[in-house]
Amino acid sequence: MKKLINKDKIFRGILYASAFFLIVLLFGFFITFILESSESLAKFGFSFITGKQWDPVDGHFGAMPFLLGTLMTSFLALIISFPVSIMIAVFLSEYFYKGFFHNIIKTAVELLAGIPSIVFGFWGLFTLVPLIREFQLAIGIEPYGVGIFTSALVLSIMIIPYTASISREVISMVPTDVKEAAYSLGATKFEVIRKIILPYSGSGIFAGALLALGRALGETMAVTMIIGNSNGMPDSIFAPGNTMASVIANEFTEATDSTYVSALIEIGLLLFIVTALINLIGKYIIKKTVQF
Amino acid sequence: MKRTTFIILALIISWTIQSNSQNMKALKEKAMGSSELLGAGATFPFPFYSKVFDEYNKIKGVKVNYQAIGSGGGIKQLTSKTVDFGATDAFMDDKELSDAGKPIIHIPTCIGAVVITYNLPGNPKLKFTGDVVSAIFLGKITSWNDKRITSLNKGVKLPNQKIVVVHRSDGSGTTFIFSDYLTKVSKDWESKVGRGKSLNWPIGLGGKGNQGVAGLVQQTPGSIGYVELVYSKSNNMPAALIKNASGNFIEPTMSSVSLSANIELPADTRVSLTNSNSAQGYPMSSFTWLILYKELNYNNRDNKHAKALVDLIWWMVHQGEKYAQPLNYSPLPPQALKKAETILKSVTYNGKPILK
Repeated sequence: MKKLINKDKIFRGILYASAFFLIVLLFGFFITFILESSESLAKFGFSFITGKQWDPVDGHFGAMPFLLGTLMTSFLALIISFPVSIMIAVFLSEYFYKGFFHNIIKTAVELLAGIPSIVFGFWGLFTLVPLIREFQLAIGIEPYGVGIFTSALVLSIMIIPYTASISREVISMVPTDVKEAAYSLGATKFEVIRKIILPYSGSGIFAGALLALGRALGETMAVTMIIGNSNGMPDSIFAPGNTMASVIANEFTEATDSTYVSALIEIGLLLFIVTALINLIGKYIIKKTVQF
Repeated sequence: MKRTTFIILALIISWTIQSNSQNMKALKEKAMGSSELLGAGATFPFPFYSKVFDEYNKIKGVKVNYQAIGSGGGIKQLTSKTVDFGATDAFMDDKELSDAGKPIIHIPTCIGAVVITYNLPGNPKLKFTGDVVSAIFLGKITSWNDKRITSLNKGVKLPNQKIVVVHRSDGSGTTFIFSDYLTKVSKDWESKVGRGKSLNWPIGLGGKGNQGVAGLVQQTPGSIGYVELVYSKSNNMPAALIKNASGNFIEPTMSSVSLSANIELPADTRVSLTNSNSAQGYPMSSFTWLILYKELNYNNRDNKHAKALVDLIWWMVHQGEKYAQPLNYSPLPPQALKKAETILKSVTYNGKPILK
C-alpha cells in the first residue's frame, strides 16, 4: 500500500516538474531575448517599433515595415482561409461524416499540415508567382508576382489544416439531441448549421483560427521565398514586403556588428510579444463571447 | 512533496549542464587533437573549397570539415577559437582585427566576380557604366529605353519596359562587392546607400541567395539583378560588360577577373579589387580569403595540428588552384600567389615559423 502511494507521489512529482519546467523555459526565452537585445533596446527605445528605416550600413534600425508585413500577411491569410476551413469542417462532420470519401478528405487536410514549408515556398515561387504576375498585368499594376498578397495566399493554404481539424472536432462534439430537436421543429439543414452548430462550437472554431494565425505569424521559409524581401513600407497588398521572421532568417547569418545583431534579436522579441498579445486577446474574446 | 519536485528539477538541470559541457569538450577535442581540420565561413567559394578539401583528403589523408555558414559566421567562429580557420569574402577591417586580440592573417585563395544580369527579349549583350548601374539600382533610371542606357548600347534595340530591380535579401559578400564597387564610382550611391553585406535598398525585390536572385531575374521580364559569375554561367544568363577604371568595357570572364588583381598589392593582401586600375581587369571582382591566427599555439593545439593546417593552405594555393577554373573561379595571379606564400611563411608555432 505504502509503495503504491509512493509511486503516485513520484508520478505527481514528475508532472509538477515538467509543468514547472515549461514556465521556466518560457521565462528563460523572454529573458534571453531581452538581455541579448539590450543594446538595441537602449539605443532605439520605442522608435524601434515606429521607425520605418532599416539601414544596416548606417546602423539605424526601425522594424515598422516588418511588423506591418507580418500582420498584413497573417491576417490576410486568415481572412482567406477561414471560410474555406469552416466549410471543410462542416462538410466533414455534417455531410460526409464517415466512409471512404470522408477519410480521403480528412487525410488530405491533415497531410497539408505535414508538408514542409519550403515545399510550399517552391510551389509558390514556380507556380503561383507567374499566375499572380499575369493577374497583375491584367489589372494594370506593377507585375512583380511576388509580394504580400502572394505570401498571404500560400500562407492561407498552409494554415487551413489547423482551423479545419479543430473545427471538425468541436463541430462533431455538438450534442445530437440539440440538433435533432432543431430538426424536429422543422429546421432545414442549413438552418441547423447556421443557428445551432456554428454558435455552439464558436469558441472552439475561434481557438482553431487563433492557432492558425499563430502559425502564419511565425512562418519563415515559404514567406521568405515569395514575399519579395523589400524593406520599405508596403503601400498596397500587392507590394513586395518583408516579415519579422524572414528578415531574421535573411540577415542573421552575416550580421557581425553588435548593434545589428541585437536589433535582429529585438525583432525576435517583438515577434514573441506580438504572438503572445494576439493569443491573449483571442483568449479574452473567447471568454467574452462563449454562448453555451 | 515539494522536496521531490525540487530534487527532480535539480537532477534535470544538472544533467543538462553536464551533458552540455561534455559536448563542448568533445567539440574542443575535435578542434585540437585529431587530424581533422575545422573551418567555417563564406558560402561563395564553397563549391571550390569542398572540391579542394575532398581532393586533399584523397591525396594526403587529412580530413577537412568546412561549414559554409557565411563570412560573418566564419569570422565569429575563428575569433571565438572554435575552428582552425575561417573564410571570408570581405576582409576584416582594422577594428575587427584589433578586437580579435591576437594577429590574424588573410590568405587569398581565389578571385570571384559579381556580374550584372538581366531578363530582356533576346538577352542582348549590354554595356553599363558604374554610374548607370548605380542609377538603376537607386531607382533613378526606371525604363530600359532610358537615354543613359541606350547611348551606351548603340545598335541594340531596347524596349520601353519598366526595369524591375532584384537584389539579395540575405546578408552576403556578393552584396558587399557590388556595393563596394558602386560606392567607389558613384557619389550618389555613397551618400544614399553605401557599402555593406546588407543594405537599405531604396527599391526592388529581394531574392534569397545567388540562386534566389537568379530565379527571380529569370522569371521576371524586364528585371535586372546581380549574381556571382558562377551562377550566371550555370543558369545561362547574360552578363553585362562593365566599364572599368581605365575606360574599357570588360566582359566578365575567368581571365578578366584574374587580371583585376594585376595591381600593386599590399603585403597583407587586404585590398579591394573593385574598380581596380588594371587596364583589362573586370571591375567588380574580389579576393576571397582564408583567415587564421598568425601564432597557432593557442587552446592547446599541438605542433602537428598547426603544421597540418599550414600544409593544407599551402597546397590549396598551389596544387589546389587547378580545381578553381573548372568550377568558374579565377585562380590567383602570380604576384598574389607570391604574397600569399610570404604570409603563410610568417605563420608561427611558439614563435617559430612552421614553413621553412
